[in-house]
Amino acid sequence: MNRELKRISALVVVMFTALFVASSVIQVFQSQNLDGDSRNQRARADQYAIQRGQILLSDGTAIVTSPKSDDQFRFDRDYKQPRLYAAVTGYYNPIGAPTGIEGALNAQLAGTSSDRLFDRIQNIVTGQDPKGASVQLTIDPTVQKAAYDALGDRRGAVVALDPRTGAVLAMVSKPSFDPNAIADHADGVAAYEDLVKQDPNPLVNRAIAGDLNPPGSTFKIISTSAALESGKYKPSSTFASPRSYRLPGTDTVIQNAVGEACGTGPRASIALALSLSCNIPFAQLGIALGDDALRTQAQKFGFGQQLSIPLKVTPSVYPAGPLDDSETAQTAFGQQDDRATPMQMAMVAAAIGNGGTLMKPNLVQKILSPSLAPVSQFSPEVLSKPVSQDTADAVRTMMVASVASGAATNARIEGVEVAGKTGTAQNGTGDPYTLWFTGFAPASNPQVAVAVVVENGGGLGQTGFGNLVAAPIAKQVMEAVLNR
Amino acid sequence: MADANATTTLARPSADRVTTRRPSTRLRNVELALLLVAVAVAASAILLVQLGALGHIDGHIVTLAAGLAALVLALHVVLRFVARDADPFILPIATALNGIGIAEIYRIDLSPTGVRQGWDDGTSQIAWTALGIGAAIAVLFLVRNHRLLQRYTYIAMLVSIVLLVLPLVPGLRLENAAANVWVSVGPLNFQPGEIAKITLAVFFAGFLVARRDSLAMVGRKVLFVRLPRGRDLGPILVVWVLALAVIVFEHDLGTGLLLFGMFVAMLYVATGRTSWIALGLLLAAGGAYAATQVLSYVQGRVTNWLDAFQGDLYQQPGGSFQIVNGIFGLAHGGLFGTGLGQGRPDITPAANSDFIMASLGEELGLVGVFAILSLYLLFVSRGFRIGYSGPDDFGKLLAVGLAFVIALQCFIVIGGVMRVIPNTGLTTPFLAAGGSSLIANWMIAGLLLRISDTIRSGPRTVI
Repeated sequence: MNRELKRISALVVVMFTALFVASSVIQVFQSQNLDGDSRNQRARADQYAIQRGQILLSDGTAIVTSPKSDDQFRFDRDYKQPRLYAAVTGYYNPIGAPTGIEGALNAQLAGTSSDRLFDRIQNIVTGQDPKGASVQLTIDPTVQKAAYDALGDRRGAVVALDPRTGAVLAMVSKPSFDPNAIADHADGVAAYEDLVKQDPNPLVNRAIAGDLNPPGSTFKIISTSAALESGKYKPSSTFASPRSYRLPGTDTVIQNAVGEACGTGPRASIALALSLSCNIPFAQLGIALGDDALRTQAQKFGFGQQLSIPLKVTPSVYPAGPLDDSETAQTAFGQQDDRATPMQMAMVAAAIGNGGTLMKPNLVQKILSPSLAPVSQFSPEVLSKPVSQDTADAVRTMMVASVASGAATNARIEGVEVAGKTGTAQNGTGDPYTLWFTGFAPASNPQVAVAVVVENGGGLGQTGFGNLVAAPIAKQVMEAVLNR
Repeated sequence: MADANATTTLARPSADRVTTRRPSTRLRNVELALLLVAVAVAASAILLVQLGALGHIDGHIVTLAAGLAALVLALHVVLRFVARDADPFILPIATALNGIGIAEIYRIDLSPTGVRQGWDDGTSQIAWTALGIGAAIAVLFLVRNHRLLQRYTYIAMLVSIVLLVLPLVPGLRLENAAANVWVSVGPLNFQPGEIAKITLAVFFAGFLVARRDSLAMVGRKVLFVRLPRGRDLGPILVVWVLALAVIVFEHDLGTGLLLFGMFVAMLYVATGRTSWIALGLLLAAGGAYAATQVLSYVQGRVTNWLDAFQGDLYQQPGGSFQIVNGIFGLAHGGLFGTGLGQGRPDITPAANSDFIMASLGEELGLVGVFAILSLYLLFVSRGFRIGYSGPDDFGKLLAVGLAFVIALQCFIVIGGVMRVIPNTGLTTPFLAAGGSSLIANWMIAGLLLRISDTIRSGPRTVI
């Protein structure tokens, strides 16, 4: 009997060993993974119980803080000038994932990032409550305000970059929303559900995401770059300039924006076509270059590439090949299936303005400790070299002409040379246009590159155009930078 | 049984040495010292819960718990008179586990989702504990010698069957419960299956002692396995059917497994025949397989076990929300836990009953889980020790059966929480909220104390 009892004892030991092993695996070895699971309410509630770091502007003003609250979450999240900065800050609520900088730098703000491990140990030793790190942005309050005011009540977005560093000076998306409403512990969820139901949805950041728009004529900067980079064309190379042009293999007839020929002669140069924003010469140029050349050039500017600033930027699209001539012709002036974010088009202008070198766009200047001592600092990074210095100079000259005497005259600034390009993109038949402007100033030594998109025709249906609506907005943003 | 006798003679001297060197009063003094430690552990747990969850000390529940401490000490005094040679570890371990359980149940009452007025779970657990300790005292007085129980072997069988069938009687059944294991009389709800653990252990012990020789020796040998005779096979089939009936009609997978497992273990200890184990496992596996095929609730539990973290099972009604949240709680507790009263165990459904180990693991950490598991292991090993040194086969078998049923119940419920096996509803012995379970487990403690006393005070065989 006792021999059997020994075996039963061994069985019990095996059963309990299984429990010892299982609890060790869950509580020690997999603990971090399980705590990171998005369904784990405990970890999230814990994050909320530590004082989250602040979000500061480039001049050191705090726009997001975490004052103490008297409910179970211990801290509120308070947004100052909430609508002005909503596209940058995003929102934070214990229920649901945070967005914007709140989401992209959640680990730092919440103090759970591994590079803050030492601080946390120090906190445990000294008995202080742990705090999250603060984040200082590159956003310039003057430029941001100018962009926000200039866009007014129109649906759209503005992005302003420093072409020399990639620093994002302004990022605005309209309609905006109040992150305080979503951060509210009691009514946040209801406020969120209310906002999501609105049309247009204010939670969509139209500067870097959303349903992307066709870039229209702003894409001609890329087509021109591709032409010059190929070595086969110069700004003076000409194409036939009829009043209308039938796309090869189709019955579709295209026209230039005003329904006239491009310039006065029978042929138009690339320089003239870019300055006056003519479609017909670019259609022919596109066919001559082929879709591969256009696609390669677009990708060098950032199309189709993942980008994190550290907010995730939706990749802009040049359609996958092979394309037939008719399709290629239309992609050359930013229609067909071309789609772009304002961030992408600002990058195109910035690269041209910076002599062909594209700096990586970046929203974050510094990570600061809870006592606001710098923990890490971001230095400018080269993202790519989409065009040579010569090509950049040539495209710059054409863009300057466009603002000085071409299709983008409403971006002119007294006493400053501005380079720019408008776009008036068609959507569906009868749908309102998407209105664009992208450019930089001062042309010879740019301090700012800007892209403006106005969706839904800016309320003007099919009567608005880029120079009328988007160019004046861009002008005010550039002036804000130049007047600093 | 030649081999069994041989081991018995080998085991005797050590048992004797212990007894002679440790006089009765010294045993009881050891028990008293350990008991004070256990009471101190329980009291500090309750105070820490108040400090952690309330931020201040609340006198009411402390007074109630002090009453319990007095009752436990009363049981200790009773032992000094009616079972002086009883094992000194069983009472302190049961007290510590019960006290920690009360603290955590009270803690869930205090959580944001658990605050209730009046007769909350913590207070009722204290009341049930009082009844449980009373039941243990009653056992010690009524059963002055455990051999008496052998006379009631078949009565115990009848009582067991009645107890297991009770929840199916229409007038007594508690409606709206997930499993049909409750009996409801007036305001009181009771799980008779818990008491059936004890009566069945008595029946199995008596039956196996009477039939062990025919079960062990007779039978045809097929290949290398000696198969039992048909008439000996009868009882194992009856128990198998009974266990299956519990699983099928009462939707109680845990109790079915528990009772069947206890029977197979006792059968093996009694007969020493591996073929019984093989047969038992085969029947259990067959039953389990059939259950997963036929019974949707069993199927659901297996899916929740295997695919707990997959896809949208987490959101589905009756899906893996509970088990996954229990694991999140354990993981969040990590090595040292959040501290009592400072975690969020109430997120997990049944945080104070079936999933109390997840709650304790969250607040006490892996360290606490190891400590609790070790207490159980020690409790079970004391029971097995009684089985080793028992003077009569009935007492040995009964002690082993009762100790094993505690071990198996721990494994089934805690293993379910930790995803070692599929989760089946069972209470965690001594810890979980639930009156029937507490009373049954305290009665088991009382019986083990009684058997251990008769071993030490019984006439010694000459070496």
